[in-house]
Amino acid sequence: MTFYEYFVLFAGMGLVTYIPRWLPLLFLAHRRLPQWLIDWLSLIPVAILSSLLAPILFTTAEPRIFSPGKPELLVAIPTFLFAVKTKSLGGTVVVGMLLYWLAGLFL
Amino acid sequence: MKIQTDHKVLAPSLAKNSRIFQLRQGLIAGWPICLGYIPIGMAFGVLAQQAGFPAWAVGMMSILVFAGSAQFICVAMVSSGASALTIILTTLVVNLRHALMSSALAIHLQGVNRWFLSLFSYGITDESFSVNMARFRETDWSRWSGLTVNQSANIVWILSTISGCLIGQFIPRGAFGIDYALTAMFLCLLVYQLHGPIYILTAILAGCISILWYLFLPGESYIVGASMLAATLGYLIRRWRKKP
Repeated sequence: MTFYEYFVLFAGMGLVTYIPRWLPLLFLAHRRLPQWLIDWLSLIPVAILSSLLAPILFTTAEPRIFSPGKPELLVAIPTFLFAVKTKSLGGTVVVGMLLYWLAGLFL
Repeated sequence: MKIQTDHKVLAPSLAKNSRIFQLRQGLIAGWPICLGYIPIGMAFGVLAQQAGFPAWAVGMMSILVFAGSAQFICVAMVSSGASALTIILTTLVVNLRHALMSSALAIHLQGVNRWFLSLFSYGITDESFSVNMARFRETDWSRWSGLTVNQSANIVWILSTISGCLIGQFIPRGAFGIDYALTAMFLCLLVYQLHGPIYILTAILAGCISILWYLFLPGESYIVGASMLAATLGYLIRRWRKKP
Protein backbone atom coordinates (compact mmCIF):
# COMPACT_ATOMS: atom_id res chain seq x y z
CA MET A 1 0.00 0.00 0.00
CA THR A 2 1.13 3.55 -0.75
CA PHE A 3 1.21 6.48 1.68
CA TYR A 4 -1.92 7.88 0.04
CA GLU A 5 -3.84 4.58 0.38
CA TYR A 6 -2.90 4.26 4.05
CA PHE A 7 -3.92 7.86 4.68
CA VAL A 8 -7.35 7.50 3.04
CA LEU A 9 -8.03 4.29 4.97
CA PHE A 10 -6.96 5.66 8.35
CA ALA A 11 -8.63 9.05 7.84
CA GLY A 12 -11.89 7.25 7.01
CA MET A 13 -11.56 4.97 10.03
CA GLY A 14 -10.65 7.97 12.20
CA LEU A 15 -13.72 9.90 11.09
CA VAL A 16 -16.17 7.07 11.82
CA THR A 17 -14.44 6.52 15.17
CA TYR A 18 -14.50 10.19 16.19
CA ILE A 19 -18.10 11.04 15.24
CA PRO A 20 -19.81 8.50 17.56
CA ARG A 21 -17.55 9.67 20.40
CA TRP A 22 -18.15 13.34 19.71
CA LEU A 23 -21.79 13.98 18.70
CA PRO A 24 -23.60 12.48 21.76
CA LEU A 25 -21.32 14.32 24.18
CA LEU A 26 -21.66 17.60 22.30
CA PHE A 27 -25.46 17.48 22.26
CA LEU A 28 -26.28 15.80 25.56
CA ALA A 29 -23.89 17.89 27.67
CA HIS A 30 -26.10 20.93 27.10
CA ARG A 31 -29.42 19.29 27.87
CA ARG A 32 -30.96 18.09 31.08
CA LEU A 33 -31.11 14.32 30.81
CA PRO A 34 -34.25 12.54 32.07
CA GLN A 35 -33.74 10.16 35.01
CA TRP A 36 -34.74 7.05 33.04
CA LEU A 37 -32.01 7.77 30.48
CA ILE A 38 -29.41 8.20 33.23
CA ASP A 39 -30.50 4.88 34.79
CA TRP A 40 -30.37 3.12 31.43
CA LEU A 41 -26.98 4.59 30.50
CA SER A 42 -25.52 3.44 33.83
CA LEU A 43 -26.02 -0.17 32.71
CA ILE A 44 -24.45 0.39 29.29
CA PRO A 45 -20.75 -0.05 30.22
CA VAL A 46 -21.18 -3.44 31.87
CA ALA A 47 -23.39 -4.57 28.98
CA ILE A 48 -20.88 -3.48 26.32
CA LEU A 49 -17.92 -5.18 27.98
CA SER A 50 -19.84 -8.41 28.46
CA SER A 51 -21.07 -8.33 24.85
CA LEU A 52 -17.52 -7.85 23.61
CA LEU A 53 -16.13 -10.64 25.77
CA ALA A 54 -18.70 -13.43 25.60
CA PRO A 55 -18.19 -14.40 21.92
CA ILE A 56 -14.39 -14.32 22.36
CA LEU A 57 -14.63 -16.74 25.29
CA PHE A 58 -17.45 -19.07 24.23
CA THR A 59 -17.38 -19.27 20.41
CA THR A 60 -15.03 -19.87 17.50
CA ALA A 61 -14.82 -17.30 14.68
CA GLU A 62 -14.74 -19.22 11.40
CA PRO A 63 -17.22 -20.85 11.27
CA ARG A 64 -19.18 -19.28 14.13
CA ILE A 65 -19.85 -22.19 16.51
CA PHE A 66 -20.61 -22.35 20.24
CA SER A 67 -17.57 -23.99 21.86
CA PRO A 68 -17.18 -23.85 25.64
CA GLY A 69 -13.85 -25.08 26.95
CA LYS A 70 -11.57 -23.06 24.66
CA PRO A 71 -8.21 -22.04 26.19
CA GLU A 72 -9.51 -18.42 26.05
CA LEU A 73 -12.24 -19.38 28.54
CA LEU A 74 -10.04 -21.54 30.77
CA VAL A 75 -7.50 -18.73 31.06
CA ALA A 76 -10.27 -16.16 31.61
CA ILE A 77 -11.33 -17.78 34.91
CA PRO A 78 -8.07 -17.23 36.86
CA THR A 79 -7.54 -13.90 35.06
CA PHE A 80 -11.01 -12.75 36.13
CA LEU A 81 -10.37 -13.82 39.74
CA PHE A 82 -7.05 -11.97 39.69
CA ALA A 83 -8.85 -8.83 38.49
CA VAL A 84 -11.52 -9.16 41.21
CA LYS A 85 -8.83 -9.60 43.87
CA THR A 86 -6.35 -6.89 42.77
CA LYS A 87 -8.38 -4.45 40.57
CA SER A 88 -5.10 -3.91 38.72
CA LEU A 89 -5.48 -3.36 34.97
CA GLY A 90 -1.81 -3.66 34.10
CA GLY A 91 -1.38 -6.71 36.35
CA THR A 92 -4.42 -8.43 34.87
CA VAL A 93 -3.14 -7.94 31.32
CA VAL A 94 0.27 -9.37 32.19
CA VAL A 95 -1.20 -12.34 34.14
CA GLY A 96 -3.71 -13.07 31.35
CA MET A 97 -1.01 -13.04 28.66
CA LEU A 98 1.31 -15.22 30.73
CA LEU A 99 -1.39 -17.82 31.47
CA TYR A 100 -2.51 -17.86 27.83
CA TRP A 101 1.06 -18.35 26.69
CA LEU A 102 1.52 -21.22 29.17
CA ALA A 103 -1.83 -22.71 28.12
CA GLY A 104 -0.61 -22.69 24.51
CA LEU A 105 2.58 -24.49 25.52
CA PHE A 106 1.01 -27.18 27.70
CA LEU A 107 -2.58 -27.77 26.49
CA MET B 1 7.03 41.58 48.97
CA LYS B 2 9.20 38.58 48.07
CA ILE B 3 7.30 36.26 50.42
CA GLN B 4 4.02 37.36 48.93
CA THR B 5 5.03 36.43 45.40
CA ASP B 6 6.32 33.06 46.61
CA HIS B 7 3.03 32.48 48.33
CA LYS B 8 1.18 33.30 45.14
CA VAL B 9 3.26 30.79 43.19
CA LEU B 10 2.94 28.04 45.79
CA ALA B 11 -0.72 28.35 46.68
CA PRO B 12 -2.28 27.44 43.35
CA SER B 13 -0.15 24.31 42.90
CA LEU B 14 -1.25 22.96 46.29
CA ALA B 15 -4.92 23.91 46.06
CA LYS B 16 -7.29 21.08 45.35
CA ASN B 17 -8.78 22.78 42.31
CA SER B 18 -5.43 23.72 40.73
CA ARG B 19 -4.56 22.38 37.28
CA ILE B 20 -1.36 20.72 38.54
CA PHE B 21 -3.27 18.85 41.23
CA GLN B 22 -5.89 17.76 38.69
CA LEU B 23 -3.21 16.70 36.23
CA ARG B 24 -1.54 14.59 38.90
CA GLN B 25 -4.85 13.01 39.90
CA GLY B 26 -5.39 12.14 36.23
CA LEU B 27 -1.97 10.53 35.95
CA ILE B 28 -2.53 8.50 39.15
CA ALA B 29 -5.87 7.22 37.84
CA GLY B 30 -4.56 6.70 34.31
CA TRP B 31 -1.27 4.90 34.86
CA PRO B 32 -2.85 1.40 35.11
CA ILE B 33 -4.35 2.00 31.64
CA CYS B 34 -0.95 3.08 30.35
CA LEU B 35 0.64 -0.01 31.90
CA GLY B 36 -2.01 -2.17 30.26
CA TYR B 37 -1.59 -0.39 26.91
CA ILE B 38 2.12 -1.18 26.70
CA PRO B 39 1.68 -4.96 26.16
CA ILE B 40 -1.50 -4.47 24.08
CA GLY B 41 0.02 -1.70 21.96
CA MET B 42 3.20 -3.69 21.43
CA ALA B 43 1.14 -6.80 20.62
CA PHE B 44 -0.75 -4.75 18.05
CA GLY B 45 2.48 -3.35 16.60
CA VAL B 46 3.96 -6.84 16.28
CA LEU B 47 0.85 -8.17 14.50
CA ALA B 48 0.76 -5.13 12.19
CA GLN B 49 4.44 -5.53 11.32
CA GLN B 50 3.88 -9.22 10.55
CA ALA B 51 0.96 -8.20 8.30
CA GLY B 52 3.29 -5.87 6.37
CA PHE B 53 2.48 -2.45 7.88
CA PRO B 54 5.46 -0.06 8.08
CA ALA B 55 6.09 1.70 11.42
CA TRP B 56 5.06 5.13 10.11
CA ALA B 57 1.69 3.69 9.03
CA VAL B 58 1.15 2.18 12.48
CA GLY B 59 1.92 5.56 14.06
CA MET B 60 -0.41 7.39 11.68
CA MET B 61 -3.15 4.86 12.38
CA SER B 62 -2.80 5.13 16.18
CA ILE B 63 -2.98 8.94 15.97
CA LEU B 64 -5.93 9.12 13.55
CA VAL B 65 -7.98 6.19 14.86
CA PHE B 66 -7.00 5.50 18.52
CA ALA B 67 -9.35 2.52 18.92
CA GLY B 68 -7.53 -0.69 19.84
CA SER B 69 -10.10 -3.30 18.84
CA ALA B 70 -10.85 -1.57 15.50
CA GLN B 71 -7.13 -1.37 14.77
CA PHE B 72 -6.70 -5.10 15.44
CA ILE B 73 -9.65 -5.81 13.13
CA CYS B 74 -8.22 -3.50 10.45
CA VAL B 75 -4.91 -5.39 10.39
CA ALA B 76 -6.76 -8.70 10.07
CA MET B 77 -8.95 -7.33 7.26
CA VAL B 78 -6.06 -5.76 5.32
CA SER B 79 -4.20 -9.08 5.40
CA SER B 80 -7.29 -10.88 4.09
CA GLY B 81 -7.53 -8.35 1.24
CA ALA B 82 -10.68 -6.43 2.25
CA SER B 83 -11.46 -3.10 0.53
CA ALA B 84 -10.96 0.23 2.34
CA LEU B 85 -14.72 0.87 2.34
CA THR B 86 -15.48 -2.48 4.03
CA ILE B 87 -12.85 -1.81 6.68
CA ILE B 88 -14.20 1.70 7.34
CA LEU B 89 -17.79 0.42 7.66
CA THR B 90 -16.69 -2.35 10.04
CA THR B 91 -14.82 0.25 12.10
CA LEU B 92 -18.01 2.32 12.30
CA VAL B 93 -20.06 -0.65 13.55
CA VAL B 94 -17.42 -1.79 16.04
CA ASN B 95 -16.96 1.74 17.41
CA LEU B 96 -20.64 2.70 17.56
CA ARG B 97 -20.53 1.48 21.15
CA HIS B 98 -18.58 4.63 22.02
CA ALA B 99 -21.72 6.67 21.26
CA LEU B 100 -23.28 5.00 24.29
CA MET B 101 -20.21 5.80 26.41
CA SER B 102 -20.15 9.37 25.15
CA SER B 103 -23.83 9.73 26.14
CA ALA B 104 -23.13 8.32 29.60
CA LEU B 105 -20.21 10.75 30.10
CA ALA B 106 -22.46 13.68 29.16
CA ILE B 107 -24.19 13.32 32.55
CA HIS B 108 -20.94 14.38 34.24
CA LEU B 109 -19.90 17.04 31.72
CA GLN B 110 -23.04 19.18 31.80
CA GLY B 111 -22.64 22.69 30.42
CA VAL B 112 -18.93 22.31 29.60
CA ASN B 113 -17.78 24.33 26.56
CA ARG B 114 -17.77 22.69 23.15
CA TRP B 115 -14.01 23.01 22.53
CA PHE B 116 -13.28 20.99 25.63
CA LEU B 117 -15.90 18.39 24.72
CA SER B 118 -14.49 18.05 21.20
CA LEU B 119 -11.00 17.44 22.56
CA PHE B 120 -12.25 15.13 25.31
CA SER B 121 -14.28 12.96 22.94
CA TYR B 122 -11.19 12.07 20.90
CA GLY B 123 -9.91 10.09 23.89
CA ILE B 124 -13.07 8.17 24.83
CA THR B 125 -12.05 4.49 24.79
CA ASP B 126 -13.38 1.44 26.68
CA GLU B 127 -10.53 1.88 29.14
CA SER B 128 -10.55 5.65 29.76
CA PHE B 129 -14.35 5.54 29.91
CA SER B 130 -14.38 2.82 32.59
CA VAL B 131 -11.80 4.61 34.72
CA ASN B 132 -13.32 8.09 34.33
CA MET B 133 -16.89 6.92 34.93
CA ALA B 134 -15.89 5.16 38.15
CA ARG B 135 -14.18 8.37 39.36
CA PHE B 136 -17.03 10.64 38.26
CA ARG B 137 -19.48 8.41 40.15
CA GLU B 138 -17.53 8.15 43.37
CA THR B 139 -15.51 11.37 43.68
CA ASP B 140 -15.70 15.04 42.67
CA TRP B 141 -13.60 14.14 39.62
CA SER B 142 -12.39 17.10 37.59
CA ARG B 143 -12.82 17.13 33.82
CA TRP B 144 -9.17 18.13 33.51
CA SER B 145 -8.15 14.98 35.39
CA GLY B 146 -10.40 13.07 32.99
CA LEU B 147 -8.71 14.66 30.00
CA THR B 148 -5.31 13.76 31.48
CA VAL B 149 -6.41 10.11 31.71
CA ASN B 150 -7.50 10.19 28.05
CA GLN B 151 -4.40 11.90 26.68
CA SER B 152 -1.76 10.05 28.70
CA ALA B 153 -3.31 6.77 27.55
CA ASN B 154 -3.28 8.12 23.99
CA ILE B 155 0.43 9.01 24.07
CA VAL B 156 1.42 5.64 25.57
CA TRP B 157 -0.76 3.84 23.00
CA ILE B 158 0.89 5.62 20.05
CA LEU B 159 4.42 4.98 21.33
CA SER B 160 3.72 1.33 22.25
CA THR B 161 2.22 0.47 18.87
CA ILE B 162 5.17 2.03 17.02
CA SER B 163 7.73 0.26 19.21
CA GLY B 164 5.87 -3.04 18.79
CA CYS B 165 6.08 -2.58 15.04
CA LEU B 166 9.81 -1.84 15.20
CA ILE B 167 10.62 -4.96 17.24
CA GLY B 168 7.96 -7.11 15.51
CA GLN B 169 10.38 -8.90 13.22
CA PHE B 170 12.24 -10.34 16.23
CA ILE B 171 9.12 -11.77 17.90
CA PRO B 172 7.83 -15.21 16.88
CA ARG B 173 4.10 -15.46 16.14
CA GLY B 174 1.92 -16.08 19.21
CA ALA B 175 4.81 -15.60 21.66
CA PHE B 176 4.20 -14.36 25.22
CA GLY B 177 0.43 -14.66 24.84
CA ILE B 178 0.19 -11.34 22.98
CA ASP B 179 -3.06 -12.48 21.36
CA TYR B 180 -4.68 -12.44 24.80
CA ALA B 181 -3.75 -8.88 25.82
CA LEU B 182 -7.01 -7.27 24.72
CA THR B 183 -9.19 -10.03 26.23
CA ALA B 184 -7.46 -9.72 29.60
CA MET B 185 -7.96 -5.96 29.57
CA PHE B 186 -11.68 -6.34 28.82
CA LEU B 187 -11.97 -8.83 31.70
CA CYS B 188 -10.53 -6.35 34.19
CA LEU B 189 -12.68 -3.51 32.86
CA LEU B 190 -15.73 -5.73 33.28
CA VAL B 191 -14.77 -6.33 36.91
CA TYR B 192 -14.62 -2.52 37.42
CA GLN B 193 -18.23 -2.28 36.28
CA LEU B 194 -19.76 -4.90 38.60
CA HIS B 195 -21.19 -2.45 41.16
CA GLY B 196 -24.03 -4.66 42.41
CA PRO B 197 -26.52 -7.47 41.66
CA ILE B 198 -28.30 -5.64 38.83
CA TYR B 199 -24.97 -5.00 37.09
CA ILE B 200 -23.99 -8.66 37.40
CA LEU B 201 -27.38 -9.71 36.03
CA THR B 202 -27.05 -7.26 33.11
CA ALA B 203 -23.57 -8.64 32.37
CA ILE B 204 -24.89 -12.22 32.27
CA LEU B 205 -27.82 -11.21 30.06
CA ALA B 206 -25.53 -9.27 27.71
CA GLY B 207 -23.14 -12.22 27.45
CA CYS B 208 -25.90 -14.71 26.59
CA ILE B 209 -27.62 -12.39 24.07
CA SER B 210 -24.28 -11.48 22.51
CA ILE B 211 -23.35 -15.15 21.96
CA LEU B 212 -26.72 -15.93 20.37
CA TRP B 213 -26.60 -12.77 18.24
CA TYR B 214 -23.03 -13.54 17.15
CA LEU B 215 -23.90 -17.13 16.22
CA PHE B 216 -27.06 -16.39 14.25
CA LEU B 217 -26.47 -12.98 12.65
CA PRO B 218 -23.45 -12.24 10.45
CA GLY B 219 -21.31 -9.10 10.84
CA GLU B 220 -20.37 -7.14 13.95
CA SER B 221 -23.80 -5.83 15.02
CA TYR B 222 -23.83 -8.14 18.04
CA ILE B 223 -21.85 -5.70 20.23
CA VAL B 224 -24.20 -2.73 19.96
CA GLY B 225 -27.32 -4.90 19.60
CA ALA B 226 -26.71 -7.14 22.61
CA SER B 227 -25.54 -4.35 24.90
CA MET B 228 -28.56 -2.12 24.20
CA LEU B 229 -30.97 -5.04 24.62
CA ALA B 230 -29.33 -6.23 27.85
CA ALA B 231 -29.20 -2.71 29.33
CA THR B 232 -32.90 -2.27 28.53
CA LEU B 233 -33.78 -5.60 30.18
CA GLY B 234 -31.66 -4.74 33.20
CA TYR B 235 -33.32 -1.33 33.43
CA LEU B 236 -36.82 -2.87 33.26
CA ILE B 237 -35.97 -5.50 35.88
CA ARG B 238 -34.62 -2.81 38.21
CA ARG B 239 -37.79 -0.73 37.77
CA TRP B 240 -40.05 -3.74 38.28
CA ARG B 241 -38.17 -4.76 41.45
CA LYS B 242 -38.47 -1.25 42.92
CA LYS B 243 -42.27 -1.20 42.57
CA PRO B 244 -44.13 -2.89 45.46
